[in-house]
Amino acid sequence: MAVLTAVAALGQACVKLVQDLGSFALLLLGILRRSAAIWRRPRLIAAQVHFLGNHSLAIIVVAGLFVGLVLGLQGYYTLRRYGSEEALGLLVALALVRELGPVISALLFAGRAGTSLTAEIGLMKAGEQLAALETMAVDPIARVLGPRFYGGLIAVPLLATLFSAVGVLGGWLVGVVLIGVDPGAFWSQMSGGVDFWDDVVNGVIKSLVFGVAVTQIALMQGYGARPTPEGVARATTLTVVVGSLAVLGLDFVLTALMFGEL
Amino acid sequence: MQSRNLNLAVGAFVLLGLLALLFMALQVSNLGTRGPGSTYELKAYFDNIGGLKPRAAVRSAGVVVGRVRQIQFDDQQYQALVLIDMDARYQFPKDTSAKILTSGLLGDNYVGLEPGGDTEMLKAADRIRMTQSAVVLENLISQFLYNKATEPSSSASSGRK
Amino acid sequence: MPQDHTASSPSVLKASTAPRDAAPVVAFRRLSFGYGQRPVIDSVSFEIPPGQVVALMGGSGVGKTTLLRLISGLVVPSQGIVEVFGQPLEPRHQERLYEVRRRLGLLFQFGALFTDLTCFENVAFPIREHTNLSESMLGDLVLLKLECVGLRGAAQLKPSEISGGMARRVALARAIALDPELILYDEPFAGLDPISLGVTANLIRGLNSALGATSIVVTHDVAETFAIADRIFVFAPSPTGAKLAAQGTPDELRVSEDPFVRQFLDGRMDGPVRFHYPAAPLHEAFGLSENR
Repeated sequence: MAVLTAVAALGQACVKLVQDLGSFALLLLGILRRSAAIWRRPRLIAAQVHFLGNHSLAIIVVAGLFVGLVLGLQGYYTLRRYGSEEALGLLVALALVRELGPVISALLFAGRAGTSLTAEIGLMKAGEQLAALETMAVDPIARVLGPRFYGGLIAVPLLATLFSAVGVLGGWLVGVVLIGVDPGAFWSQMSGGVDFWDDVVNGVIKSLVFGVAVTQIALMQGYGARPTPEGVARATTLTVVVGSLAVLGLDFVLTALMFGEL
Repeated sequence: MQSRNLNLAVGAFVLLGLLALLFMALQVSNLGTRGPGSTYELKAYFDNIGGLKPRAAVRSAGVVVGRVRQIQFDDQQYQALVLIDMDARYQFPKDTSAKILTSGLLGDNYVGLEPGGDTEMLKAADRIRMTQSAVVLENLISQFLYNKATEPSSSASSGRK
Repeated sequence: MPQDHTASSPSVLKASTAPRDAAPVVAFRRLSFGYGQRPVIDSVSFEIPPGQVVALMGGSGVGKTTLLRLISGLVVPSQGIVEVFGQPLEPRHQERLYEVRRRLGLLFQFGALFTDLTCFENVAFPIREHTNLSESMLGDLVLLKLECVGLRGAAQLKPSEISGGMARRVALARAIALDPELILYDEPFAGLDPISLGVTANLIRGLNSALGATSIVVTHDVAETFAIADRIFVFAPSPTGAKLAAQGTPDELRVSEDPFVRQFLDGRMDGPVRFHYPAAPLHEAFGLSENR
């Protein structure tokens, strides 16, 4: 009997997953449809870029630096075994630009900015502010959700690029300054091996996709949260969990598409 | 007013991001080293391109003078057709030969150009006449074994009369 | 110094100015509503004439707030029609719905102010969204509205810095910012001290006359409501959803014989609304046999 309930629960979970995907898509379409109206108020979008981007700068830069430092260290120890220490720059740069930059910055964004978004909108819903907007004949999707969506869309790729750049500098710090790898080899092997279009631009595209996913998940969770303290708390948790899993899943798909066969 | 500070902060953030992108483009990736500028196209047919990939370098005397743009299969001649974008600054004689070489011991394949002595230069859409295919390891091994097998053994031939 | 006529007693301002036969501002026609399987409102029909202060009364949880949400289009009826300003409301048609909403103002129970904006910005919000007034004109208008509710001095404070009652008054200023023809109040008297009760009652009555509007007040506060309302609709709960139990002027209702109205107005412990929540018989709960 327990087996049956487990199977039923699994089925219910699958149905819920499909339902959630549906509401995700519908809300995303709703925002995209109102894009013209949203962009008529650029100041709202700028305010969100500030809220989501500027306020995440600290954690992104610090995290990027540390990741770069660790990459430099671990990379050096491994490459030394094969006498290829001079390829350290290339290793650090490729790892950051292709994967770690877009992915880690998206995960950090989900945790820091995504939760703020969800909590803010969930609390607005609980305080009837969204209903108040509706009764004042102001569309809350265009006025509240839209600017936050585009703010996230603009902020995330910039944050990812900053992460990668700071990470490269971190790798340089450890490899060249601390350990003593030849700076010439460090930079020349890097620039010889990192292709702008295949690596850097693909990384930016990845971070754009992650930005859409994480921001939209955060907005969806907040907008659909139950207007109680428990509801908002649960929604913020889901933002981080679902957002992180979505980033990792999309990363696999995008990596396979972009770097699968050159 | 508050909006001016906001604009400043957001602008600074975007600028920072774009500077990071610029850094990635010029310092980290090959965009800085790859000269833009105009290019002209050359063609070359190879029996076997080995591991040559699009975007591979075309070097002469070790210096990058072009890029492989596209690799196609010609089903009339059953050969590989490699289209090359040559840097317009460099002209090569008509009897230049193209070889597919390996960079380093285990590195990527690239196209090496050895200039000939002709006074006439290759123009856009011209064909490089002399080409040498990539070295395929299996063929090398079988050739070595064949040579070894057909090589008259000195002791045996001197022993028998 | 502008005359503070909102301080005068409500009964003096009671007379309604609209002609008797004008088309109703709001009409419910055989309207039913439920959440999924749970029925909330059962086939209710009534009309609200223009220019009056009208009260929708009933016990807690009977569905009075739902009535306001139906009027403002925040929820969609399961059956029947809501007519606002003489036209059936089409909640699924955003443009037409928004046209109707621009002509009404809704005061939420706890104000629903935007917590990240000052009181001034809160009141200015609908004006900014729907008009193109210059900053100076907008400023004057906002200060006038705040003056009406007595909170012009709090304009630069944020909602977190003022009391709940004051926040509700700011929300009222916001609700009337565009001079609506219909003002909806969701439990405006809930949890207020006697002074605030008097202030709120006077404001509702005074603004209604000043704006020439119609006001619909959802409440269960008998004393204050009877002092200011022109017409009262009383809703009683039932297993199939709330029903309209009685309607009339305060004087008519005071002498009504309907058992629910009597229990409601007199505050009787038991009547159509039972004191005991449905449960098994007493002797079963204590494990006793029936004849003990």
